[in-house]
Amino acid sequence: MAKITLNINKKDYPLEADPQMPLLWAIRDLAGLKGTKYGCGVAQCGACVVHLDGEAVRSCVTKVIRAAGKKVVTIEGLSETNSHPVQKAWQEIDVPQCGYCHSGQIMSAAVLLREKPNPTDQDIDDAMAGNICRCGTYLRIREAIHTAADLQKKTGTKG
Amino acid sequence: MNQDKTGLDRRSFLKASLMSGGGLMLTVSWLSSFKSADKSEMLNLPEQWATLNGYIHIMPDNKVKLICPNPEFGQNVMTSLPMMLAEELDVDWKNVTVEMGPHDPAKLGAQFTGGSNSVRMYWKPLREAGAAARQMLREAAAQTWNVPVGEVTTKAGILSHSSGKSAKYGDMASKAASIPVPKDLKLKAPKDFTIIRNSKKNVEIKKITSGKPLFGLDYSVDGMLIAMIQHPPAFGMKLKSFDAAETLKMPGIKDVFTQKLYADDLEQGGFDTRTFNDLLVIVGNSTWEVMNARKKLVANWEPAGDLKDKIGGRGGVKEVTIPGALESTTTQLQQMQEYAAKPAQELRRDGDPESAFKNAAQVIERTYNGPFLAHNTMEPMNFFAHVTADKALLVGPLQAPGWTEPMLSKLLNLPPDKIEIQMTRMGGGFGRRAYGHYLYEAALISKKMKAPVKLMYTREDDMTYGIYRPMYTATYRAALDANKNLIAFHVKGGGIPEHPIHANRFPAGAVDNYLAEGWQIASNITIGAFRAPRSNFNAAAEQSFLDEVAEAAGKDPIAFRLELLKRAKEKPVGKNNEYDADRYAGVLELVRDKSNWNKPGNEKYKRGVAAYFCHNSYAAHVVDMVTRDGQPYVERVFSAMDCGIVINPDAATNMVQGAVVDGIGNALYGQLTHKDGAAQQSNFHNYRMIRMNEAPKSVEVHFVQNDLDPTGLGEPPFPPVFGAVANALYKMKGKRYYNQPFKDETEKVI
Repeated sequence: MAKITLNINKKDYPLEADPQMPLLWAIRDLAGLKGTKYGCGVAQCGACVVHLDGEAVRSCVTKVIRAAGKKVVTIEGLSETNSHPVQKAWQEIDVPQCGYCHSGQIMSAAVLLREKPNPTDQDIDDAMAGNICRCGTYLRIREAIHTAADLQKKTGTKG
Repeated sequence: MNQDKTGLDRRSFLKASLMSGGGLMLTVSWLSSFKSADKSEMLNLPEQWATLNGYIHIMPDNKVKLICPNPEFGQNVMTSLPMMLAEELDVDWKNVTVEMGPHDPAKLGAQFTGGSNSVRMYWKPLREAGAAARQMLREAAAQTWNVPVGEVTTKAGILSHSSGKSAKYGDMASKAASIPVPKDLKLKAPKDFTIIRNSKKNVEIKKITSGKPLFGLDYSVDGMLIAMIQHPPAFGMKLKSFDAAETLKMPGIKDVFTQKLYADDLEQGGFDTRTFNDLLVIVGNSTWEVMNARKKLVANWEPAGDLKDKIGGRGGVKEVTIPGALESTTTQLQQMQEYAAKPAQELRRDGDPESAFKNAAQVIERTYNGPFLAHNTMEPMNFFAHVTADKALLVGPLQAPGWTEPMLSKLLNLPPDKIEIQMTRMGGGFGRRAYGHYLYEAALISKKMKAPVKLMYTREDDMTYGIYRPMYTATYRAALDANKNLIAFHVKGGGIPEHPIHANRFPAGAVDNYLAEGWQIASNITIGAFRAPRSNFNAAAEQSFLDEVAEAAGKDPIAFRLELLKRAKEKPVGKNNEYDADRYAGVLELVRDKSNWNKPGNEKYKRGVAAYFCHNSYAAHVVDMVTRDGQPYVERVFSAMDCGIVINPDAATNMVQGAVVDGIGNALYGQLTHKDGAAQQSNFHNYRMIRMNEAPKSVEVHFVQNDLDPTGLGEPPFPPVFGAVANALYKMKGKRYYNQPFKDETEKVI
């Protein structure tokens, strides 16, 4: 066990954790933030995507020790008022069915839009192929990412 | 037509509604398990809320809280069911909030999510509940204002009288609650709908986009322990011995023990299926600690041998033998071939099929196979339980609390009124969460630990110890006469452990000589409902076969089906035909027109069509395939649906689009295989799921417009996707695909 301070969504969480523990479980069980989801535990489904110093990482295979001293952003901290262009686009297009995978989908999409403000369908397919949606809402995810790109342009807000 | 005799009184309101609700095939057992409504409780209103019935709460400030009775797993019932209430209650949707109700059949009805039944089963009761509450509010206003009730009108939560008097629902709600529930109600005609048929956003969308703890795995209380189960490595095995010494030394581990789920001879209900009975349980403080410590567990397993289960049901209690063999997919396929050659149970016969086949000018015979499929809900199985000496609280993802509570009551030796079940939003269901064994497991573990416990399956647990879609096969034969007319049709289907045949569905009723037969092979691999059970195989096989028969007859596949449906309508063969030939033809015609079938402009696509009827609704798809990077890719889909009145059109469209994507994925990639009893796929690295880059560019969804009572949508669009994909693949490759998943075959061909 080691003392590790995680900075999640601009807040410090002093934790006592096995350094090998995946960041996912530190976020969910120790910091108590449940928005980041467990889906596979082996970096195959993308339900657990968070931002680590701005990069999209699979928290289920990222050791907690790697996040020490870095900025972790989870779905709860993507925006203060649920108003990131991706969140707004998801609301406008009414993307989810069960909703379970969408924290990860949204976090992946936010990084895509920062790097490619005008993504093509091909860009979206490439960037989002690591996020499984069992309900099959892929068409709406694609549409919402285009909508978010438009919102981002209009408001100048970047993820 | 809209005058609705309810015969309601306050105590029996929901019961009576349900009884008059129509279409509740299984109502009898549900009703018999109802708790008696407590009159004092229903009249004892909280200060702030006026509770007009189990579903409706009206606040003094005119805010309305509507209770969703049925568990939400992505089919959007938390929005569509309250829309029905709000329509008849006549409130402003902006003032409505929705809460998921706890398991409370006396107040909330059957509360079963499955069988595409939610909308259909609650269509009448919820509108009645809304209309009754509105009527009681009008009555309260009439008494207050001393005017005839007939002169009190409502609009979006406001009561008015021509004298200029007006009041908010909130002002009259408390008085209304003391008015007797009306016996006669007038429900709105469809032309008067203002909420139904107008798209409303998912009521939980903002909670989802901000990561609120909505799901079972998110539920947590102070002092909650985490439990996992080490299952045997294969179906057919059981625990021999274990050594937990190293596990118990690991940090955070509380206990390792064995737990029997069902006592010997315990009578099970039809949905009490469980994968294993002797559970090796690891309990600790946190998820990671338990996952980690579990790796140190030394367990020895041995063949379980044949087992016996007692299963209760409508046909009485029967003893079922579960064979002990360690099964492999290759041997299962051989065994299925052997069974397919033996005589089978006759399920339906019209005319003289044997003679017709004998005298046919041409006979076409094809065999189709489908593998086990794992549900792979994104949220794995889990449940929270806190069981104490005199009561139990259970919280988590569950489709059918009413089917779960009786067994829970037996296992915990607690009466149902001491058991509280709360249903969280489910991270997918697809039938898997109709089987509540993981809830029982959680409850027994909590009881043993004397603590609140969350039982969690890892992805590997979830995939390798599932309640799968059965493995199926079917051989179809068609006889054509010299003029290429279809004169006989024969299907003989079987499966492990059940056959897939729906004997009274199309093309039954459309062919003079018809024979359907079924057989089954017992197995220890656990199976259950998977989105559109049996139909999800039949539609693939039958709709591919009809495509091939149409081709042999020299006919267009849509025209060929329409001809048969015309026959089924004008001069139906046999009895008990389940489908409405007009509505079936309707979706085919709609998809034909919308997809510009056989019209110029679609040359770049290889097109396949299929249609199917199941769960009371009709679906047809045209799938347009192209080659991309050397692989077949479904780029565009046209869908036509007839599910009667569409409650929430945008959400319904989402559901059909999702079913199409799910269908393409399962048709091309889905399969679970076994070797010596062990599942060969354990996680998403070797169980292939459809992904973003494989999803179509567009799925254009069209609904037949009519005023028929609504039927389900969660399942019906799914099965025919398989057939349409198979038929498009044929156009692309010039070869028919008989074995799911088709991808294996296409890759071999390429």
